[in-house]
Amino acid sequence: MKALRFRRNLPRYAAARLAGSLTPGRGATVGPLELVDLDPPAEPGPDWVRVRPRLSGICGSDLATVDGRSARYFEPLVSFPFVPGHEVVGDLDDDQRVVLEPVLGCASRNITPACAACTDGRLGNCEHTTFGDLSPGIQTGSCHDTGGGWATAFHAHPSQLHPVPDGLSDEAAVMVEPTACGVHAAFTARVPDDGVVAVLGAGTLGLVTIAALRAHTTPRTIVATARYPDQRRLADELGADLVVAPDEVRRAVRRAAGTRAIGGNGQGPEGDVDRLTGGADTVIDCVGSSSSLTDALAIARPGGRIVLLGMPAVVELELTPLWHRELELVGSYTYGTEALPDGSTARTFDLAFDLVTRADLGRLVTATYPLARYREALQHAASAGSRGAVKVAFDLRDERERNAR
Amino acid sequence: MTNGRHPAPRPGFVLDVDRNTPPILFHHGPGFRLEKLPAGRSRVIYPAEPLEGLPDPEAAIRHALLNPLGDSAPLPALLRPGMKLTIAFDDISLPLPPMRRPDIRQRVIEAVLDLAADAGVDDVHLIAALAIHRRMTEDELRHAVGDRVYDAFAPKGLLYNLDAEDPDGMVILGETPHGEDVHFCRRAAESDLVVYVNINLVSMDGGHKSTATGLAGYTGLRHHHNVHTLRNSKSLMDRKNSALHASNWRMGSVIRDAGVKIFQIETTVNNDTFGREGPLALLQKREWEWTGRDRAQFLAMRTGLDVLPSNTRRKIFDTWQAPYQMTSVQAGEVEAVHEVTTDNVYAQQLVPVEGQTDVLTMGLPYICPYNVNSIMNPILVMCLGLGYFFNLYRGRPLVREGGVLVMSHPTPWEFHPVHHPSYIDFFEQVLADTTDPVEIERRYEKQFAEDEWYIHLYRTSYAYHGVHPFYMWYWGSHALEHLGRVIIVGGDPAAVRRLGFQPASTLSDALEMASDVVGPQPTITHMKNPPLLMADVT
Repeated sequence: MKALRFRRNLPRYAAARLAGSLTPGRGATVGPLELVDLDPPAEPGPDWVRVRPRLSGICGSDLATVDGRSARYFEPLVSFPFVPGHEVVGDLDDDQRVVLEPVLGCASRNITPACAACTDGRLGNCEHTTFGDLSPGIQTGSCHDTGGGWATAFHAHPSQLHPVPDGLSDEAAVMVEPTACGVHAAFTARVPDDGVVAVLGAGTLGLVTIAALRAHTTPRTIVATARYPDQRRLADELGADLVVAPDEVRRAVRRAAGTRAIGGNGQGPEGDVDRLTGGADTVIDCVGSSSSLTDALAIARPGGRIVLLGMPAVVELELTPLWHRELELVGSYTYGTEALPDGSTARTFDLAFDLVTRADLGRLVTATYPLARYREALQHAASAGSRGAVKVAFDLRDERERNAR
Repeated sequence: MTNGRHPAPRPGFVLDVDRNTPPILFHHGPGFRLEKLPAGRSRVIYPAEPLEGLPDPEAAIRHALLNPLGDSAPLPALLRPGMKLTIAFDDISLPLPPMRRPDIRQRVIEAVLDLAADAGVDDVHLIAALAIHRRMTEDELRHAVGDRVYDAFAPKGLLYNLDAEDPDGMVILGETPHGEDVHFCRRAAESDLVVYVNINLVSMDGGHKSTATGLAGYTGLRHHHNVHTLRNSKSLMDRKNSALHASNWRMGSVIRDAGVKIFQIETTVNNDTFGREGPLALLQKREWEWTGRDRAQFLAMRTGLDVLPSNTRRKIFDTWQAPYQMTSVQAGEVEAVHEVTTDNVYAQQLVPVEGQTDVLTMGLPYICPYNVNSIMNPILVMCLGLGYFFNLYRGRPLVREGGVLVMSHPTPWEFHPVHHPSYIDFFEQVLADTTDPVEIERRYEKQFAEDEWYIHLYRTSYAYHGVHPFYMWYWGSHALEHLGRVIIVGGDPAAVRRLGFQPASTLSDALEMASDVVGPQPTITHMKNPPLLMADVT
């Protein structure tokens, strides 16, 4: 089978880091990622099934890995070599189409009793991601034993699989996983009714988060930042009330929240907006950079909540406002089970399936590539916004490629 | 009248451009362009040369105060011990550019105060009638009223800027038959006499607008500073055909009926904007009369400006003070005074023009009423071009309906954060959404007008009120409705597009783009302004 494999190779990793810093996505050319022919992997356990991907998305965390920007934090949480790819719609051997829920929790690791988080349905918080029958790996796509979506085949535990309804396109189905991230963030945000929420970033995560906020919360105003015209249009279509450029967000939130501002770090002219005295009830940072987090701290109201959805690495941050304004800074990683307003619970993926359908999120898949053109695909994904794209995916539906052994 | 100091001023006129016509000077913000207009189908409207100023302004002022117009007693007869006297005066937006000392306001106010002192009046307040404009700084107030007046009144809190958002400082005097609230400064309303001191730079100024607008806040202004009214002000420089003025006149009646006694003092200036001598004198010369020295001076000036950063250029121009001279002063009852004032403004500015044009061109200067000592941001560019210059007509607009307006200005994406905080938000958020004045008014005006931070900055800092950028946009709404296209030459393309206009690198590009709208070989009229002119279009 064909696969894109990521090996532990420090010189190539360093080269990828350098190349990726010059041209995003360029790490694919010089780094540890390579297109290889592999023997089909052994099944990790008796219940495991083979999945032949149809579409497999490229996400920001994948790009960080390819370009050598991932935090060293992940080193003990992955097992080399691995095949990336965790946003997958594929076929089982009986031709059932499935979407992968990639988190490798206690069930897939054959650990009993399950940890408290898995027992509660909070799979993303699993305490056993380096234990059990599998090599370390927080998700399919970072675990050596399972393979990953950037291949013509990989293995999945039945607990990870969700059947795809007949009417749902592959493009829509591949959006379920990232949409589940947005849905989880929307619930994590605890947006007050009639509140003001700011969403920083309008890449895939930002857009699906806006859709999720509109579907599952009742804010007065959603302010979103978008760098590019197509992002701006989509943010507007998906439910943002006000879409502004990233450097305009402080003024926009000030106006939406009806608060005052402090200019020029206290030294600048009045009328300038350095930070707000009040601000947004909730900020969802879908970027995860020093700059976006600094914005988040500047625009969240005292006692407000900042949800970090975009994957950060090492950031430099002035935390005084977090302390002084008694802000909450919480992470939002993957998904699991959500508590609904009526007291019931639902699996995030089920909510995501519904949202993908209702908001027509399949339209966010704007470019696909065969595996053989992975360098182009990754560079396209790394510059998606400026090229008018949102989600870039590998298209593995070519039968010759899928059936190659 | 001449006093022998200068040759008799020549009236304004219309030049038909032929092959021998030299390139025409266009203002271009803090800089200039020389543009060759197509021969055979272009014309240039030149302003009149500056009228002579009154030879003895102090004597003329005193004469006006003692010989009022209309149904008014002479000022001394209206003054008595124990009375409350409020002197309100035009703010920093007049005249443009600021005039050399002594400012006319200083001359008039000193004369009024002398009479008040003679009459034993000791309860006197002086108020800058700025409505929702930014507050004037101490330096600006000193320049307007003079150091002697400032030092006598300001330290005691008796000379100050109007605060139209002070809930205790404003009152509603009543309602016009059209249901318009008349919002008014409480101190003025409770005074026995309000003396209003005006500088009438253009025919839009003065009359009941001085007090009904200058001493009002948003509650009152919203009744005439709106899209409907301004689209029906044709033009807002022609009081008798202006819905804006009709509303102010209705409000003036309510003010009068509420018992507020107003003694109006209006003055006019000539259009000696850049001086008959000095570094900018050639800006008010006709190009074919430029001497070799003028041409060399112009090239040196333009070359020097081109290498300077924009803020340095701006600072150089900000230091310019016009040598305006007062051409008339009249006092007494508001409407009688204003009729004479308007005639005197027209005597300086009105230029007869036959017929409309397909394309109207204008070079926008570095200054407008709302960027004195500040930045001419893109919204102000729009307002100066479409709000002020477009409306400098009587009869019909200079450009035909569906025609094209071509303006020359750098239009930087730049704002003064202290003076124009709400402008930044208006530009970034409102105009990014829509440029339709009706939509803007419907969806955004109230939020901005009631925004607590903008109100705070207006009251305590030097910010224009939150709703002010809306009024700038509405000011151009008649032009927006009338024109087929607006093109800005030499502007920041992104800023120009945000305004909803088209950017062009050169005038010839702009004229080619205009032909898409008005057809090939269009007629072109250039309004050579400033010095100010007003077209009397038949």
